[in-house]
Amino acid sequence: MENIPTTADIVKEENLVYKKTKVLTDNILSYCPGCGHGTAHRIIAEVIEEMGIQDKTIGIAPVGCSVLAYNFFDIDMQQAAHGRAPALATAIKRLLPDKFVFTYQGDGDLAAIGTAETIHACNRGDNFTIIFINNGIYGMTGGQMAPTTLPGMKSSTSPYGRDTQTMGNPLKITELVAQLPGTCYVTRQAVHTPGNVRKAKKALRLAFEYQGKNMGLSFVEIVSNCNSGWKMTPRNANEWMEDNMFPFYPLGDIKTPAKLEL
Amino acid sequence: MKKELRLMKGNEAVAEAAIRAGADGYFGYPITPQSEVLEYLMAEKPYERTGMVVLQAESEIAAINMVYGAAGCGKMAITSSSSPGISLKQEGISYMAGAELPGVILNVVRGGPGLGTIQPSQADYFQAVKGGGHGDYRMLVLAPASVQEMADFTLLGFELAFKYRNPVMILSDGALGQMMEKVELPEPVPCRTEEEIRQQCPWATLGKPANMERNIITSLNLESLKQEQHNLKLQAKYAQMEREEVRYEEIMCEDAEYLLVAFGSSARICQKTLRMAREKGIKAGLLRPITLYPFPQKPLFELARRVKGILVVEMNAGQMIEDVKLAVCGKIKTEHFGRFGGVIPSPSEVLQALEQKIIGG
Ligand SMILES: Cc1ncc(C[n+]2csc(CCOP(=O)(O)OP(=O)(O)O)c2C)c(N)n1
Ligand code: SF4
Repeated sequence: MENIPTTADIVKEENLVYKKTKVLTDNILSYCPGCGHGTAHRIIAEVIEEMGIQDKTIGIAPVGCSVLAYNFFDIDMQQAAHGRAPALATAIKRLLPDKFVFTYQGDGDLAAIGTAETIHACNRGDNFTIIFINNGIYGMTGGQMAPTTLPGMKSSTSPYGRDTQTMGNPLKITELVAQLPGTCYVTRQAVHTPGNVRKAKKALRLAFEYQGKNMGLSFVEIVSNCNSGWKMTPRNANEWMEDNMFPFYPLGDIKTPAKLEL
Repeated sequence: MKKELRLMKGNEAVAEAAIRAGADGYFGYPITPQSEVLEYLMAEKPYERTGMVVLQAESEIAAINMVYGAAGCGKMAITSSSSPGISLKQEGISYMAGAELPGVILNVVRGGPGLGTIQPSQADYFQAVKGGGHGDYRMLVLAPASVQEMADFTLLGFELAFKYRNPVMILSDGALGQMMEKVELPEPVPCRTEEEIRQQCPWATLGKPANMERNIITSLNLESLKQEQHNLKLQAKYAQMEREEVRYEEIMCEDAEYLLVAFGSSARICQKTLRMAREKGIKAGLLRPITLYPFPQKPLFELARRVKGILVVEMNAGQMIEDVKLAVCGKIKTEHFGRFGGVIPSPSEVLQALEQKIIGG
């Protein structure tokens, strides 16, 4: 019996393939099982850890399902009024130019009530990072129509499907901010498969790197699911996202500094 | 640079005082009659003098939320606007009160409601003193009556805002913002270093040192019992303000038989009325509340025992009079005289109102 290795013998630092980043707290996530918010949190935290910037990163939580993001990131954080995170970030970064500053915002927060703050921070080229979780719906308040809700898509305030004649068309705000000279990097990613998680993490890393080089506003959209709001199982929600959200919101870089130089 | 005597507009005095106070940031949006604050700061380039950041925001909403973000980092931030813009800031002010963030907000009041007029008014008393934004909160409200006080209260505003971790409003009006007077400017102090801010504001989000707990700035409490505890904590703070921060001025009150109560520009006018009244043999005095919240209840209550009647003079349809009536508990006759919509009352019409509504009435 004495020769049988214990867990401590096996789980050694050098054998570890994966470990929870210390930039995430041990608090239990408040997100629904299957929701993309948690994965997005993890890779942001990993990037912060890998870049060694935990002590100089300040995050801004929005109003939305991720209002409690400050419970999950082990960094200094502020919680903003609905839609105003880019205004907070603008001031913080201008007063503390050596810190890393990011906002984490849903589509209602960023592209409806906070449109002005989003566009103007992007246009001024304020040197922080916006992380935009686009799930096509208002998750927190119970699945109402968002500015990003697809044509024909049902929500609690478009129960017969979004009628573009009366409710307008979904807003591709990411393409819009890519037009502005103040943004240096604009990309659209997803986190529902391991491959997409890797790509999204690379994009986040780039966004923070560009911020570190004072290159302007870096904007990372993550097209995500809201299985609760969409009233689907997590797996169906992901399939529905691939079939419906991605064709309308195609993944990939929209603007990169390299392209700018061309 | 030392103390300095200058001829300035009230709006400019606030701007210059903010630089000299070591303010870290100003965020604002143009609106008459206060645009000189932003214009002066842009021309003055305080970034080169002290490192102070000045930004023209896309709206008053953005500006107050920039103040929130700055304050969350323990920075000294100020914004200014006039009535319609102050309405837009109310959500942000409520968030600041909830998250216990210090900051100074200057309201150079104009006549309303709606777009109203650009002329001076005191019609935002209720909004400033009774809440304005949502939730059970209070804002310290300072009412200057001269360009000198516009400058002085900018410094006092920062001091009180940080003492209580609470927003402070300077409630002035278009006359005080626009008129030029001699003002003694304070000796400038440099912006605080990050180390000094960490010392003074251990709650500030400046980046979490490895060996320390993270700091969180939020006004959210999902559990009602926790929110109630937070409300009780805020109320205790407001009670302390009511004990320690009441400021007012009594003019010719010692032998007064009749009392005028007025703040800001109205108080300036009433001083002239006092002299005219005394020349006619009417023993009138003036109580000028300097803090509108906390309101000088006790001194008013004391005076109410000695005088025969009170005339509350305001550039509005009757707002502070409600607090005056509460303070005197119906003990004596209390009437209101107001001009509004941007009209400034003349000292003689105030005297006439005193004679008709209080002495003769
Ligand atoms: C001024 C204001 N208006 C409305 C609300 C209510 N509200 C809270 S969250 C939310 C929508 C959030 O949706 P989204 O930004 O898409 O984030 P998600 O919850 O989907 O992650 C709304 C309308 C609020 N808190 N404040
Ligand atoms: S409601 Fe939607 S967005 Fe919110 S946590 Fe649940 S699945 Fe995620």
